[in-house]
Amino acid sequence: MSDHDHSHDQGFLRKYVFSIDHKVIGVQYAVTALVFLFFGFCLMMMMRWQLAYPGQSMPVLGELLPSLFGKEWAETNMGGGVMSPDLYNSLGAMHGTIMIFLGVVPLIVGGFGNYVMPLQIGAPDMSFPKLNMMSYWVYFMGGMIMLASFFAPGGAANSGWTSYAPLSVTATQGQTWWLVGMIFLITSSLLGSVNFIVTIFHLRAKGMTMFRMPFFVWAQLVTAFLLLLAFPPLEAAGALQLMDRVAGTSFFMPQGLVVSGVVQEYAGGGSPLLWQHLFWFLAHPEVYVLILPAFGIITEIIAANTRKPIWGYRTMVYSVVFLGFTSFIVWAHHMFITGMGTSISAFFATTTMIISIPSVILLTCLLITLYRGSIRFNTAMLFALSFLPMFAIGGLTGLPLGLPASDIALHDTYYIIGHFHYVVAPGTIFAAFAGVYFWFPKVTGRMMSETLGKLHWITSLIAINVVFMPMFFQGLAGISRRLYDQRLYSWGDAMQGWTVVSSWGAWALGLAQIFFILNFFLSIKFGRKASANPWDATTLEWSAPSPPPHGNFAKVPTVHREPYEYSVPGMSKDYFPQNVSEA
Amino acid sequence: MKILRWCAPVLVALAIVWMADASPALAQADAPDISDVQIDGEYGQFPTYMPPDVSKHGYHVDDLINILHVFMILLFVGWGIFFVWCLMKFRARPGHTADYKLVKAKAPKYLEVAVALFEAFLLVGLSMPVWARVKDELPTEADNPIHVRVVAEQFAWNFHYPGKDGLFGRVAPEFLNSATNVLGLDPSDPNGNDDFVSGEMHLPVDRPVITQITSKDVIHSFAIPVMRVKQDAVPGMRISVWFHPVKTGTYEIACAQLCGNNHYSMRAILRLESQSEYDAWVEEMAKGPAEFDEDDL
Repeated sequence: MSDHDHSHDQGFLRKYVFSIDHKVIGVQYAVTALVFLFFGFCLMMMMRWQLAYPGQSMPVLGELLPSLFGKEWAETNMGGGVMSPDLYNSLGAMHGTIMIFLGVVPLIVGGFGNYVMPLQIGAPDMSFPKLNMMSYWVYFMGGMIMLASFFAPGGAANSGWTSYAPLSVTATQGQTWWLVGMIFLITSSLLGSVNFIVTIFHLRAKGMTMFRMPFFVWAQLVTAFLLLLAFPPLEAAGALQLMDRVAGTSFFMPQGLVVSGVVQEYAGGGSPLLWQHLFWFLAHPEVYVLILPAFGIITEIIAANTRKPIWGYRTMVYSVVFLGFTSFIVWAHHMFITGMGTSISAFFATTTMIISIPSVILLTCLLITLYRGSIRFNTAMLFALSFLPMFAIGGLTGLPLGLPASDIALHDTYYIIGHFHYVVAPGTIFAAFAGVYFWFPKVTGRMMSETLGKLHWITSLIAINVVFMPMFFQGLAGISRRLYDQRLYSWGDAMQGWTVVSSWGAWALGLAQIFFILNFFLSIKFGRKASANPWDATTLEWSAPSPPPHGNFAKVPTVHREPYEYSVPGMSKDYFPQNVSEA
Repeated sequence: MKILRWCAPVLVALAIVWMADASPALAQADAPDISDVQIDGEYGQFPTYMPPDVSKHGYHVDDLINILHVFMILLFVGWGIFFVWCLMKFRARPGHTADYKLVKAKAPKYLEVAVALFEAFLLVGLSMPVWARVKDELPTEADNPIHVRVVAEQFAWNFHYPGKDGLFGRVAPEFLNSATNVLGLDPSDPNGNDDFVSGEMHLPVDRPVITQITSKDVIHSFAIPVMRVKQDAVPGMRISVWFHPVKTGTYEIACAQLCGNNHYSMRAILRLESQSEYDAWVEEMAKGPAEFDEDDL
């Protein structure tokens, strides 16, 4: 086998589709993920109609979908343009799955990680380019299987993204598709994480010591370890649940199960809680997979746009490593209400409180970096700055959920939905938008429009708070999550007003994305030409041309200093790139 | 070799289709119509806080939630003021440059330690004692508790009362009959003779209640917001939870865990009554299910 990685006469297919260049793969990941994000969001916008106006025919889609999927489908799933509870549950489960596993993680790890990380450490490519390509295509297949599951009899998986057994084991066959899709997605993440770790340890340019790495690279490194160590248990658990479904085993099925008055033919002896432990053993570190790269992205942007070094860079590195370790011992705080005893819950509540400390440190460091800076308010920076208070709300509202006593009232209510959406939506997804606005000139060689960008920012920021703030009120009022129609409950009926507000927020948020989509495509074609370093930034990716050629750097860079040397006294320019020698 | 390479995806696809076909299907049960029952408690039009509390112990949970929200709002507003002040004061403008030197202030460290200490206080001082009370200090027989078994199923709550003898009859799946014996009570067990099953939960006020919660099929979650009680109903497990109602009225029991397509309608009525009303109800119910008399069959 001989690889001609750097030959320049590749055909279209090799160059843009089955490419092994980390930059092309990064763009493939990012674009696919953005499409999935929008698709996942559309599912939610449909659900918001059912929540706000239960029993009323859905405008446009109420007629469009039945004509698309056929009469038979329409009768069971959308009689009179009103979605059935089964369809509602399917959309809910698939919204979660798509947003997390097909949207956010591939965008911030597969997309930004692949594109930016090798450039930032001065590497010509990833360590294993073919593995990198395989990781994308396995992810793509996983995505296709998830999409195909919508056409399975009974619809897509409808047991929530958490797929708790026995509900998931006895569910319609969409769940089988879901499990197979998940196995593909997990495999893809494992391939990617191995590649990231090896690349960061082996392909750093001369002089790029660990403590000269940009914080983004640190965040990606810790994230890769989380994926590598946390995903295998879920892959195993997924295989076990698949066996429970298709081979009649009972890993998660207890004895004497009676579904709809029929005694089930499971041998029994399994435990439904085993699934929850295996699932959350992945899914809690997964939260940090969602948030750490986001912190990495906004750290880069805040440093470049405050024109000063990050306050407490080393503290942040230690915090992120500590977060990584600790994220493996907090998982059961998702399970306080399963009947957990005092000592176990005390352990998990303690570790949960401990893990909040490094998160607070990360926020504080970024906040203090603003002090005595010279803050430029471009679109990337505005998104990065809004991340701070939004993540703070998400983090703070985690406290009452992490303490078992207050969790009694708030568990499985809208409060938890508000909490994790504040972390992931105006948190991580805003960071991802910030990253798109920041690195777009590097990827395309053109600038994005600042006017459209700022419109996108302000409309999104307002709308997203209108969506999620009412959820805290609904949660405190005790409304269970995942209710197809909350008006059956007296408190749900009283709260219906907030639900309508929240829904209109969601639709406004959808409209606000038009600014982004327009900006994205128009800028590729008509954007102002970008220089190699449009933000006057210091890290290595800005020393490569925009866009960087195959192989990235004309000459392998040598690193001379820390990543964020801005406003160094006595210099004519206010930034001192990592690769420029003293002379 | 090349053929193998092309066959693999086809084989995988075939395997997926086969496995999808092998999956079981799920039927659904009908829930009784309780939509007309008048529920007590004032909510208003756009409520923003917790529902009324009709329990003796719920104020512990409420206190913790109140303290937490005050703490959260203080921290957020404090951070927010500093944040906005920084953005205004240090905005880029002609003549203004960033300061390369990093501030050496001790304040962030002290604040960090203060936050950590306060969290430790919340955990050890407030949360753990409440949890330990809820979990470990079940009312003793001296407290004269009511015993009820809660059996969840798609999509209904069954409340199994021991009757006047205070003893639950044996249950086993083989005795199950969805019309006459929803829990599978063993007819040969004398303890079960005066047991009865209700779709409504009736309880006297001012007496502690011990519920043993389980499920027949999937995981449900037994939630009474006005009682500050929530416990997952896990098949194969029987989990004890106690609470102590103090105010009469009609309230709602909710399912808090996704349990299938009719999860949203898995709602039951909780009637908190005086002791005499409760006794009369037990008397009525323990007579046996009149509608299943042999004459009717």
